[in-house]
Amino acid sequence: MKNAAPLELHVPEPPARPGEVPDFGWLKIPPAGSVARPDIATPPNEMRGHAYTLIRVLDEQGAASGPWDPKLDAETLRRGLRTMMLTRAYDERMFRAQRQGKTSFYMRCTGEEAIGVAQAMALDDRDMVFPTYRLQGLLIARGWPLIEMMNQVFSNTRDRLKGRQMPVLYASKEARFFSIAGNLATHLPEAVGWAMASAIKHDDRIAASWIGEGSTAEGDFHHALTFASVYRVPVVLNIVNNQYAISTFQRIAGGEESTFAARALGYGLPALRVDGNDFLAVYAATRWAADRARTNVGPTVIELVTYRASAHSTSDDPSKYRSAEEPGRWPLGDPIARLSGHLARLGEWSEERQARLASELDSEVLAIQREAESYGTLASGPHHRPATMFEDVFKEMPWHLRRQREEMGS
Amino acid sequence: MPRMNMVQALNSAMDVMMARDENVVVFGEDVGYFGGVFRCTEGLQKKYGRDRAFDTPIAESGILAAAIGMGVYGLRPVVEIQFADYIYPATDQLVSTAARLRYRSAGAFTAPITVRSPCGGGIFGGQTHSQSPEAIFTHVCGLKTVIPSNPYDAKGLLISAIEDDDPVIFLEPKRIYNGPFDGHHDRPVIPWSEHPASEVPAGHYTVSLGQAACVRPGAEVTVLTYGTMVHVALAGAEEAGVDAEILDLRTLIPLDIETIVASVGKTGRCLIVHEATRTSGFGAELAALVQEHCFYALEAPIVRITGWDTPYPHALEWDYFPGPRRVAEGLKRVMAD
Repeated sequence: MKNAAPLELHVPEPPARPGEVPDFGWLKIPPAGSVARPDIATPPNEMRGHAYTLIRVLDEQGAASGPWDPKLDAETLRRGLRTMMLTRAYDERMFRAQRQGKTSFYMRCTGEEAIGVAQAMALDDRDMVFPTYRLQGLLIARGWPLIEMMNQVFSNTRDRLKGRQMPVLYASKEARFFSIAGNLATHLPEAVGWAMASAIKHDDRIAASWIGEGSTAEGDFHHALTFASVYRVPVVLNIVNNQYAISTFQRIAGGEESTFAARALGYGLPALRVDGNDFLAVYAATRWAADRARTNVGPTVIELVTYRASAHSTSDDPSKYRSAEEPGRWPLGDPIARLSGHLARLGEWSEERQARLASELDSEVLAIQREAESYGTLASGPHHRPATMFEDVFKEMPWHLRRQREEMGS
Repeated sequence: MPRMNMVQALNSAMDVMMARDENVVVFGEDVGYFGGVFRCTEGLQKKYGRDRAFDTPIAESGILAAAIGMGVYGLRPVVEIQFADYIYPATDQLVSTAARLRYRSAGAFTAPITVRSPCGGGIFGGQTHSQSPEAIFTHVCGLKTVIPSNPYDAKGLLISAIEDDDPVIFLEPKRIYNGPFDGHHDRPVIPWSEHPASEVPAGHYTVSLGQAACVRPGAEVTVLTYGTMVHVALAGAEEAGVDAEILDLRTLIPLDIETIVASVGKTGRCLIVHEATRTSGFGAELAALVQEHCFYALEAPIVRITGWDTPYPHALEWDYFPGPRRVAEGLKRVMAD
């Protein structure tokens, strides 16, 4: 066959660039409550549709409906709301601290709080989590003290990671929160390995991991799904689709021709595509996947569809690549506003209580920040002693590192 | 005492450790039922079960990642990368996590894994089954790198590697799996059974990481080498008629600097021999260290005999391989001044 026209390379573009009108028409949003909830033992090939739809519980008026409604009591919902709001208050204070020069870098998770918080609440605290960055809500929901997180953000004398890691790359053995990798995707197959070990030891703990839609293009995403499928590993693999990899719209990661959830189907894994700003849907989907893992049925891939409402990081300026109106046009709303509205509709919350709580949380975060700053900041110190940089390269320091430490003069 | 070749000694090390510590698991490509393409894991699945010795997909990065995750859980995984030439897809896992996890988490999480991999040429493996990439790993802070040269050391070093709390790259020179090859490829193969280092205790013992062995005491020149080249260096010294002191480094990181400095301080001359390519090879580090520590003891320039800076050519491998003739020439060169 002869070419009718010269070959052309297709390079995907987002629907709108700066100055253009945002268009989210490509995101098909089914009514809340309309997606079926299969039994956890359903064979993956009998629920392929769940990779292409969007599981939603909360509608635009704040009403919960359908089979995915986890029917959480008001107390639990308020706890979820409070944790999301605390995460946002923490983010805002740390963002400002970076702008004040007290630390080098920060990343907010604005608009994505439901993911870390609802999922932490749906998992057992004993389960091991292997997060990517922007999941501070997960760590906060596990009760890890903000002071520990701030000490790292400020790289001060109480920074448990001794000034070795960037501000947001947390690690906590006590919170069963794996050391966040600054390079992407490596942790996803490591989570699978951890869960394989849990299965080998006939343990009852599962693993969960998170990856951005952008880094599903990395080979390690494929390795994670392959190993998870082959060994039927007790793991929950989450794809946080917040539409952007720094400046790059998700279509460049392969989101134009298919959904990210659908990646699971080729591996014979079940996939759930979820409204990531719907606290109840995120909670319910996570619980479904966790139950599946915990009962030896196997791993699940969850795509959490959300929107990165703020910049990628303090080093990024989204006005250079996306319309300033875009965050306001995002059709799935804000997770805090949606859960707050739901609680109000239930008669369990009010605008006054919302405002009062926001103010209380900001004061709480500010007080902790003052304490953290009293131990030092990146800009003004004090820091851990330079000689500590030679520790923990190996369990025991070999001669060449001892020699270099002496050479440094400390 | 039982006689073992290197394959049997390595198998015995894993067998001993799997029996002693139920957290030791072994996996890799063709490693489970079949027992590995070089037979190093033969019988382990039958003895310890499918969930402690198993086959993996062809995914070196996945294998390393799984091992790291298991290490974080508390297991002691021993993985096989079928050929050292295949390890490159796993580089991110090795460099960014295995080597850095203790550091980046300030000791909260660690990856006590052992990565076994056959290296080196001499089996007509061409450029994808013959490489010696040890220098790459020594450049990555946080990894230990071990290369044994005989069955006794292979077992004792592998047990040490498995018991070590840091990640260890354990490179096995495949040409000496079955015999102490001295580089004379045109002569009949000599089996390990005639070599004293094939006497290998059946049970548990260790050879410490970070300790070189003197395989031939001598007065005129120090030869720094490891792996297959230990045997080639012995033949080369014999053929050159030089009274060489030959050190088998055994572990590159951590390096036994004291033994090296004492020997060069005594002989005043140094020849470095490795099969890997020369530029930025581990020999460059050794030459720099000898210069730093022994400059005033040196009576002649340090000489390196290595593989050429080319890929390993299939049909021309014996022109590439630094055999005893080249070692002998190197010894004469270092003795000339």
